[in-house]
Amino acid sequence: MFEGVPLTWFLILATIMFFVGIYGFLVRKNLITILMSLELILNSVNINFVAFNKLLYPEHLEGMFFTVFIIAVAAAEASVAIAIIINIYRRLVNIDVENMKEMKY
Amino acid sequence: MDILTLFIVIPVITMIGIVFCKDHKQVKWAAAIGMGIQLLMAAYLIIHFLMERNAGNTAEMLFVKDVVWFPSLNIHYLVGVDGISVAMIGLTSIVIFAGVFASWEVEELTKEFFISLILLSSGVFGFFISLDLFTLFLFYELAVIPMYLLIGIWGSGPREYSAMKLTLMLMGGSALIMVGLLGLYFHSNPSGGQLTWSILDISKVHIPVDVQKFFFPFLFVGFGVLGALFPFHTWSPDGHASAPTAVSMLHAGVLMKLGGYGCFRVAVFLLPEAAHELGWIFIILTTISVIYGAFGAVWQKDLKYINAYSSVSHCGMVLFAILMFNKTAMDGAILQMISHGIMTALFFALIGMIYGRTHTRYINEMGGLMKVMPFLGVAYVIGGLASLGLPGFSGFVAEMTIFVGAFQNVDTFHRVATIIGVSSIVVTAVYILRVIGILLLGKIKNEHYEHLTDAKWHERLSTGVLIFGITAIGLAPLWLSEMISGGLGPIIQRLLLAGPVH
Amino acid sequence: MFTYTVWIVLIPFFLFILIGFFGHKFKPLVSGVVGTSGLFASMALSYYTAYQYFFVVGKTGDVFGKIIGYNTVWLKLTEKLHIDLGVLLDPISVMMLIVITTVSFMVHLYSIGYMQGEKGYMRFFSMLSLFSFSMLGLVVATNIFQMYIFWELVGVSSYLLIGFYYTRDTAVAASKKAFIVTRFADLGFLIGILLLSFNTGTFDFLTLTDPNGVAITQGSGIMFLGLSTMTWSMIFIFMGGAGKSAMFPLHIWLPDAMEGPTPVSALIHAATMVVAGVYLVARMFPIFHFSAPVALDVVMCVGAFSSIFAAVIACTQYDIKRVLAYSTMSQIGLMMFALGVSGYGAEEGLGFMASMFHLFTHAFFKALLFLAAGAIIHAVHSNYMNDMGGLRKHLPITHITFLIACLSIAGIPPLAGFFSKDEILAAGHEKSMMLFILGLIISALTAFYMFRLYFSIFWGKQQQYHHTPHEAPKVMTIPLILLALGAVFAGFIPFSSFVTSDGKPFASHIDFAVAIPAVLVGVLGALTAMMFYMKETNIPETISRSLGGFYRAAFRKFYIDEIYLFITKKILFNYVSRPVAWFDRHIVDGSMNGISYVTNEVSTRIKGMQSGQLQQYAWIFVSGAIGLALAFIYLWTL
Repeated sequence: MFEGVPLTWFLILATIMFFVGIYGFLVRKNLITILMSLELILNSVNINFVAFNKLLYPEHLEGMFFTVFIIAVAAAEASVAIAIIINIYRRLVNIDVENMKEMKY
Repeated sequence: MDILTLFIVIPVITMIGIVFCKDHKQVKWAAAIGMGIQLLMAAYLIIHFLMERNAGNTAEMLFVKDVVWFPSLNIHYLVGVDGISVAMIGLTSIVIFAGVFASWEVEELTKEFFISLILLSSGVFGFFISLDLFTLFLFYELAVIPMYLLIGIWGSGPREYSAMKLTLMLMGGSALIMVGLLGLYFHSNPSGGQLTWSILDISKVHIPVDVQKFFFPFLFVGFGVLGALFPFHTWSPDGHASAPTAVSMLHAGVLMKLGGYGCFRVAVFLLPEAAHELGWIFIILTTISVIYGAFGAVWQKDLKYINAYSSVSHCGMVLFAILMFNKTAMDGAILQMISHGIMTALFFALIGMIYGRTHTRYINEMGGLMKVMPFLGVAYVIGGLASLGLPGFSGFVAEMTIFVGAFQNVDTFHRVATIIGVSSIVVTAVYILRVIGILLLGKIKNEHYEHLTDAKWHERLSTGVLIFGITAIGLAPLWLSEMISGGLGPIIQRLLLAGPVH
Repeated sequence: MFTYTVWIVLIPFFLFILIGFFGHKFKPLVSGVVGTSGLFASMALSYYTAYQYFFVVGKTGDVFGKIIGYNTVWLKLTEKLHIDLGVLLDPISVMMLIVITTVSFMVHLYSIGYMQGEKGYMRFFSMLSLFSFSMLGLVVATNIFQMYIFWELVGVSSYLLIGFYYTRDTAVAASKKAFIVTRFADLGFLIGILLLSFNTGTFDFLTLTDPNGVAITQGSGIMFLGLSTMTWSMIFIFMGGAGKSAMFPLHIWLPDAMEGPTPVSALIHAATMVVAGVYLVARMFPIFHFSAPVALDVVMCVGAFSSIFAAVIACTQYDIKRVLAYSTMSQIGLMMFALGVSGYGAEEGLGFMASMFHLFTHAFFKALLFLAAGAIIHAVHSNYMNDMGGLRKHLPITHITFLIACLSIAGIPPLAGFFSKDEILAAGHEKSMMLFILGLIISALTAFYMFRLYFSIFWGKQQQYHHTPHEAPKVMTIPLILLALGAVFAGFIPFSSFVTSDGKPFASHIDFAVAIPAVLVGVLGALTAMMFYMKETNIPETISRSLGGFYRAAFRKFYIDEIYLFITKKILFNYVSRPVAWFDRHIVDGSMNGISYVTNEVSTRIKGMQSGQLQQYAWIFVSGAIGLALAFIYLWTL
């Protein structure tokens, strides 16, 4: 499928995605955007999984399966997260992360 | 069931009984009956113990019971008594019995109060009978924790502050003790093999001197905090001042003795070489305690503070005597624990009763109380005279034994420390007579006091028991002193291994 | 043989328990009568013991030995040291038994009348019994620790009795002062006992005072500041004796102790307790003499100085009980002085014998003086001699007995005081001329202040009284008469054939070279007082004015009280106790509170990190992770 594409390229892609995700997670204030950045991070990990699976054990599919698991879990997680965000929105009428400091001290 | 375990079981049964009681009166009587049985049992234990000894039973500990409790760490429920523990059990049961009657008028949350009080006493009993370091520590904690509730809930004045201070300082002490105990545990078997918590087994082992010197300060200071060792004594004035009557009695009378007993049974007994080498530091500290507590008491105006500082001075004497490393002084130390326990319980009981009538503890606001409450006044004078070491009361016996014992050390350092210690008897006389003069004698300062009533029956019973204790020991001290020195044999043997004993 | 002697001591103890616990169930008079009759039983037993000891069994060979009547171990301290309680009979203890039980009985009898109607009648009698018990236990002590035990007990009974009128502030203060001063002295006593027992390995008097025993022959131990340990221990022990016997500079409690009821002053602060110090030195005399001669010199100097010091003050006081108190101090000083100059052995120990003799006679006439003073105070309701005068017509019996006592203490033959004082002066004379002259001065002063007292009370100007003073009831005058008989005839006892330093009797005689000057100065002192005070004159006024500062100083008791007050109140209280209390609150407790403050403060500082900002946490997390990763990479590449 990706014959001839070196592993490094996948890793570079995954790293870029990961740090884009981190950047988004750290600097965006909107909870939805933060959630999206989180998905980016997850997916960068998925790419790594797939790439290493292909490289190390081409005849096995565990890496692929795990990726599918992670996607499923991420979907569940996203739904929970969005439910929380909706609840927060109902209470505070915005979803800015900086307003959520009830948990300090 | 063996007799020693009964000392823990009876308080537990009493507590359960109290839970099912319906009103104040039942609660009080349940507590009184439970502690009365405890007192009778203590008397029985003493007689039984003396009979066994007279019959020629020379085992180090009598009535030993050993049950494995937590095998993987080799923790046992190991109990047994020698003359010293028997004496301490007698002391505890007298004080708790008097304490129940002294708190006869607790109206608020009576049930909870008595449950905590008796829980505390069961911890104390457990501590004195344990021969396993871990169970010993467990019971120690059991005795310290209810104190927080008792002072925090039923106390007076800045009670939260005092309760917190007391508990935190004692917990700090326990942390040190725990380190020391772990140190003992992991060096309890130098040849490899099964480690043990048993005091008896550890006492037969030679622990390397370096290790001893490392762990001795932990244990001595840890227990010393409870024994009001200078400069870790400041929980005592605040704690006593805020505590309700019975709690002060139990605390000063018995709980502070856990410190002395622990220093003696664990720190000095199990780490004799270190005690010899590092003893001088603590002799300096305890000498300071003795004289400093006495001078501190002279300046105080609150009755409970006066008594708390005097406790610092007297308990300092206990630790001081333990560090003199000879049979006479140690005998005196135990006698002093018992004597001071009963005496100070008497004082706190009386202070509580006086406070209950005058609603002040400041001596300058009172005066001439002898006239309106002769029973309490005379009891206070008796307590005061016992405290300043008058012959015929227990204080004299204890102090003289300590002084003669301490004087057997010939070097100048010990001599000077002893003479400083001896001179505290004058300062003691000063503050005791000052209080008696201001509080009881002279003219009545406040006309409201003209109509105060004298002691009620339960107060008479409470003080009567304690006064009986101090005079009985004071008039016929020989049996008690012999019983204690019988228990000192193995300890002196072990100290002999470490160095010269005078 | 002498086991029953223990009852001499125990009867008053049981009286104390009986009256103390059950006295309030009966009428007050019952406690008085029970106490008095109990003491009578004790006294009868003492006389029987004395008869048995001195005339029947006491002598072995030619010497009065020491007999242990009863002994039991009370507390074992070490293998060698144990505190016993028991009864030791030897000449001085038997003599003391007689003195104490007699005076105590007289005082009990007298108090039945004197304390009539007082609140606390029963308390008074129970405490008197307690005192008698303690004092008897003290004199029969078989070992020095028993002596210390009873020493403390007499101290506390004295405290309780001085403070008998406990609603009076001066009485409370006086009792406190008496207890604390003597307690301070007892500290010395205790240290002395510890030193002595450590050196000799025993508390027992039989071993300690045997001139050939180990305690004396073993030598004096190591030196400290140029004096041997034995000397130090004896000096410390003497400190205890000086405190109880009100020797300079520990005398300040005695005049104040007169706040107590007068019978108490007679019993405790004149006849018995205050001579306990003398008795102590006499008891330990062989050790003083053989092992610690320097300490014996200290005894002599302290005694002589106290004697003259007190005599001078006594001449200036107006409170009759205080005059008597200073006179007591002066007489006890004389006894100490006599012990100090004495040697050991029959004839050598003249001073010892004289001291004991004087103790014996002094007990009679001083108790008599106090009881008579009590009768006077009872009649006039004042302690001050300015309020008195011309009482001889109103109080005939008191007058006669008081006069007898004055003559006796002034040393006019053939009354008891003459004989004993003569022996003391003779002992001083043997030692040196200087001491003899000192003794004469004291004698003259004694005669002067006693007759000053006598003439101002019974003669002098006629006072107007609110109601006519009347003679005391019989129950009070009978003890006066009996004691007066003692004050007249006690001197005829050939004392030296009973009480000597080593138990060997010897014959003493009156040395006219000593006796004549002694009587002359006594008469001179008495005549001077007569001239000054018999009629109202202004001579005393003129003289005191001409003495100026010295008179004022003597009147203010040489400011010793003020010095003590300065040291205790100002220095100990303000500069020791207060800083200690402050130090405790602020430094020691402060550092404990400081720890909790620091904990609190640190947590407030670092709690800012828990800002609740999710992204801040994430930043820290990420940078931490990256930092760690870099660190690991760096470590791996090393």
